[in-house]
Amino acid sequence: MKLLKLITKNAGRHKLRTILTVVGLALAVMAFGLIRTFIIAWYASARASAPDRLVTRHSVSIVFTLPLAYKEQLLQVDGVEDVTFGCWFGGIYVDPKNFFANFAVEHTSFLRIYPEYIVPPDQLDAFASERQAAVVGRKLADRFGWKLGDQITLTGTIYPGDWQFVIRGIYSGKTVDTDETAFLFRYDYLDERMKEESPGRAGQIGWYILKIDDPNRSAEIGSKIDARFDNSWAETKTETEKDFALSFIQMSSAIIVGLRIVSYLIIGVIFLVLANTMAMTARERISENAFMRTLGFRGYHLVGLILGESLLIALMGGLCGMLLLYVVSSGVGVALSQFFPGFEADAMTYMLTTATAILIGVAASVFPINRALRIKIVDGLRVVD
Amino acid sequence: MNAPIVKILGLFKSYYRDSLEIPVLHDINLDIPQGQFLALMGPSGSGKTTLLNLIAGIDRPTSGTLAVAGEEIGKLTEQQMAKWRSRHIGFIFQFYNLLPVLTAYENVELPLLLTSLSRKERKEHVETALSIVGLSDRMKHYPRQLSGGQEQRVAIARAVVSDPTLLLADEPTGDLDKNSAEDIMTLLARLNKEYGKTIVMVTHDPRAAEKANFVRHLDKGELQQ
Repeated sequence: MKLLKLITKNAGRHKLRTILTVVGLALAVMAFGLIRTFIIAWYASARASAPDRLVTRHSVSIVFTLPLAYKEQLLQVDGVEDVTFGCWFGGIYVDPKNFFANFAVEHTSFLRIYPEYIVPPDQLDAFASERQAAVVGRKLADRFGWKLGDQITLTGTIYPGDWQFVIRGIYSGKTVDTDETAFLFRYDYLDERMKEESPGRAGQIGWYILKIDDPNRSAEIGSKIDARFDNSWAETKTETEKDFALSFIQMSSAIIVGLRIVSYLIIGVIFLVLANTMAMTARERISENAFMRTLGFRGYHLVGLILGESLLIALMGGLCGMLLLYVVSSGVGVALSQFFPGFEADAMTYMLTTATAILIGVAASVFPINRALRIKIVDGLRVVD
Repeated sequence: MNAPIVKILGLFKSYYRDSLEIPVLHDINLDIPQGQFLALMGPSGSGKTTLLNLIAGIDRPTSGTLAVAGEEIGKLTEQQMAKWRSRHIGFIFQFYNLLPVLTAYENVELPLLLTSLSRKERKEHVETALSIVGLSDRMKHYPRQLSGGQEQRVAIARAVVSDPTLLLADEPTGDLDKNSAEDIMTLLARLNKEYGKTIVMVTHDPRAAEKANFVRHLDKGELQQ
């Protein structure tokens, strides 16, 4: 028999208490991991952004439009290789609850600048040849059971009226972070109708996306662009695609801060659960520890026994929590795939969870170790269990 | 007469509650020869257990000298004292102090984990110790599956398994019925006679003390002549 066996046996001494502690730890670890995964998923759009893409929008707000005429000027800026643009449409499919992102894009250039949206060539040709054509993400198509050739009607909110589209393409994402829930249609369809119904809004787009030759020059190129449109009636703000995505994320920063605080509180809960168990253990084993020292066991033996037991329980809780996290995050990932593409606990989350479990195992053993070492043997032996 | 294995000279022990000094042992002088079975008797609070704890090296004298097997233990550091205890002392407690999660075999093996013995050697020692106390057939039993007398016999096997210089027993029959107590005292007497173990036993029980070959009385912290 070695001390490791004694550690294992000690951990199983009060089976119900150990099981409840492990379950408590597992649930807390899972909650911690799940919140972290949510936060990571929240930043998926920023991660999916390319370093060689800049976004130019109105300097006041994304709500304000820019003239389509800027495109040619943008192409003339040194370092800009290609330009496309997009426009938030805000259409509703049948019911407002069926929310998904829908954009009017320049069909000739948009998918060229976004190679991570993979569309089969024949579908790309179909998108190019029909004004009412739309390309939708695979997850969005799956959500509503759309197939190629289906006719879809969106009710405009920003652009009033019913708008008919034909699904001519279904794109897949190149990576798990690529959003597969967008609805893309041709800007010329939107612009044509605006010319008829609301001429003042024709020739206006939401934002430009620029492909640049050198990501290291993004700040310089951005400054040049914004300088070019200084003092115009539609001044611009140019930033990297990542910063652009982050600016949207920042709008919900309070939620993220709240989630972070909750995750830290959960770590505190994990600590208290284990520390409580270990404190009870310490109190129950005062005389036993004193007896072990009478036999000749040294301080480091007791440290090993108590720390080992604390770590064992913490790791069991951590392991169960990670298994739960895997199962739950997979389920949540499927359920929320429309909102969080690639929602899945990553390796770093698992590593962080393991490290947290170890740290908490160590921290929770500090008080019992201190108590076991500081009490005099004769005083410890007097304590009756 | 054998040479003293325990030599106590001018030993004083006091405890302190806040600033109040509570004298427990007063000028104790005692030689315990090797192979002796000494019973320490006296009323509650007379200092018997304190003296036993001092000899065991789990407490320190306030003044005076206490040497066991030629080593003055009061001068040892805590680490040295722990090592010394594992080599020289076998302790038998009134309430057995067996670990409930370990079998009789594992409980007896516990002190040997501090030695460099191999698993096979440990097994031989444990089996021998358990056969001496007549519990070879209870090796795999847990303490809760044993009677009080059997538990105390396991505790005795644990005390002797590492062949210590000195066996110290603190009220070893205090928690047992008459028959079990008789068995335990017979066993201790046998360990003394057949195996030459030096035993110092604290007891209230005159019948238990009869088994010893020497009895000393403590009263109010002083050894009676």
